Amino acid sequence: MLLKLKYDSRSVRAPVISKVAIEENALINIIEAKVEPRYGEIVVEVDDEIAERVAEKFKKYGVEVRKLTKSIEKTEKCVDCGACISVCPTGVFERGEDDRIVVNEVKCIRCGFCVGVCPLKALRLPE
Amino acid sequence: MKTVEEINEKIREGNVNVVTALEMKDIVAELGAKEAAKEVDVVTTGTFGAMCSSGAFFNFGHSDPPIKMQKVWLNDVEAYTGIAAVDAYLGVTQLSETLGMEYGGAHVIEDLVRGKEVELRATAYGTDCYPRKEIVTEISLEDVNQAVMVNPRNAYQRYRAATNSSDRVLRTYMGTLLPNFGNVTYAGVGELSPLNNDPEYRTIGVGTRIFLGGAKGYVIGEGTQHAPPFGTLMVKGNLKEMKPEYLRAATFPGYGVTLFVGIGIPIPILDENMAKATAITDDQIETVIIDFGVPRRDRPIVRKVTYAELKSGKVEINGEEVRVSPLSSYYMSKKIAEELKKMIERGEFFLTMPVERIPQKEVFKPMRQKEIKVVKSVMSSPPITISPEASIEEAAKILIENEIDHLPVVNEKGELIGIVTSWDIARAVARGKVGKVEDIMTRKVITTTMEEPIEIAARKMEQHNISALPVVDKDNRVVGVVSSEDLSKLLAR
Repeated sequence: MLLKLKYDSRSVRAPVISKVAIEENALINIIEAKVEPRYGEIVVEVDDEIAERVAEKFKKYGVEVRKLTKSIEKTEKCVDCGACISVCPTGVFERGEDDRIVVNEVKCIRCGFCVGVCPLKALRLPE
Repeated sequence: MKTVEEINEKIREGNVNVVTALEMKDIVAELGAKEAAKEVDVVTTGTFGAMCSSGAFFNFGHSDPPIKMQKVWLNDVEAYTGIAAVDAYLGVTQLSETLGMEYGGAHVIEDLVRGKEVELRATAYGTDCYPRKEIVTEISLEDVNQAVMVNPRNAYQRYRAATNSSDRVLRTYMGTLLPNFGNVTYAGVGELSPLNNDPEYRTIGVGTRIFLGGAKGYVIGEGTQHAPPFGTLMVKGNLKEMKPEYLRAATFPGYGVTLFVGIGIPIPILDENMAKATAITDDQIETVIIDFGVPRRDRPIVRKVTYAELKSGKVEINGEEVRVSPLSSYYMSKKIAEELKKMIERGEFFLTMPVERIPQKEVFKPMRQKEIKVVKSVMSSPPITISPEASIEEAAKILIENEIDHLPVVNEKGELIGIVTSWDIARAVARGKVGKVEDIMTRKVITTTMEEPIEIAARKMEQHNISALPVVDKDNRVVGVVSSEDLSKLLAR
């Protein structure tokens, strides 16, 4: 599961990710990070089973946590060409049985690269 | 064995046997070509992909007082009006003058087909017969006299697939190509594509009635750049009858606007040979993967490949598995073949034989050019260089004395290891920095070679926002420097 962590001016100075990883014995994969002196926003991936526990721990250290359950979305503009298939780093897109493009939502890491590749502007990354 | 007249009679009587090109593969595999030719009357094909060489002729009707349009824009997209007073041709790749790649000729066409109004703006010089010099109005497809889609090059039989050996992301008309052979893209739908099912062009030629953008259209000749087996078609149809589902405006990011066009062509099964031709499968259709990392006309061929391999979604390049993206929609292509099949079965679509055949042999020639100018002809040589051990002060002196802004830094063998510019020195001075050239030089240098065309060198400078490139030989030794000033003098000429 993907968690979006928002750090304020206090929590951004502490090694929160390392603390949580050690204390909860959790593997945390950083997907996206924007860290500034007084503010930070990091998207991390953790196993579904421990997501709840890890999220609670982050909150304890003063980090705001939001679960990112929404993945890339295909809109009605899609013509099922498949330009997206080979540019996705995790293989979210596939050609289905009926030759329509299928979205494997669970694989999406919300990098957004495909959004800028689609010729029909048919892909959307909901917040 | 069978004539088109006989097939049309069957359509009229309602007992015609139509199958799609995909169904035909199985039928021929099962019955053999001879029996299949007896059973099947028509095979329908389809394709749906980006076709840049498309557009439409419009006649807008006359205003009062009348105008001879010298320039005309539809929603800020310019159409060509070097023909009669209120006739114009709008090409799908023309960009909006205000929105750029966000909106273009293809979008205007899609908007019109969707029933929307677009703004027409025209200017003129004014004559005794056409006194008006300017007009701004709104028009819809209903308002214009004619709106005729005429596409000079559509329905490529097959197309070269693309990959990218360079170390940066390329935005091309073949979609986004990832660095270091990161992916492959290809266009066309192989065994479902019209011309692959009639490779001798026996039934597809001038006058063949086709499905174009949801309406009936016609082949009016071979397309531009027609070079079998990379055959192409020139087609026309009435835009007013077309459906937006089969004409979709698109933008290839970083490249520009284009139109996804839906085309379906019925192939009459006149004899055993036609049955055999329409049984073609993807593994029999070959093309090549070319390298867009080389920005030249003759892009290197990376390898041969069949449409079956491309369609599998993975191909091997240099021992590695590379993922493949189609750029044409198989789903829509199948839908078009199915739709055309139904139109024929319902007796709404009759077949025609060509009144003239299109060439079975043709070569695609390169442009005749006076010369290709290369870096060698404009670079400053021998180059003025400096050692990494030299002081910043020394570097400043050399720049001033020679009235230059760029100083390649070379080792004792003359190999390039960095570059210092007058800007680097100004910054060092401003920060009160004293020391050696190597402390302030840029180590990752963008370079060119003597044989590189000047347009490519100019693009490198533009992309990296720099104003000069060291020219290196194959051993990375500096043999000259070329600046944007050298190039602009030449390019402007």
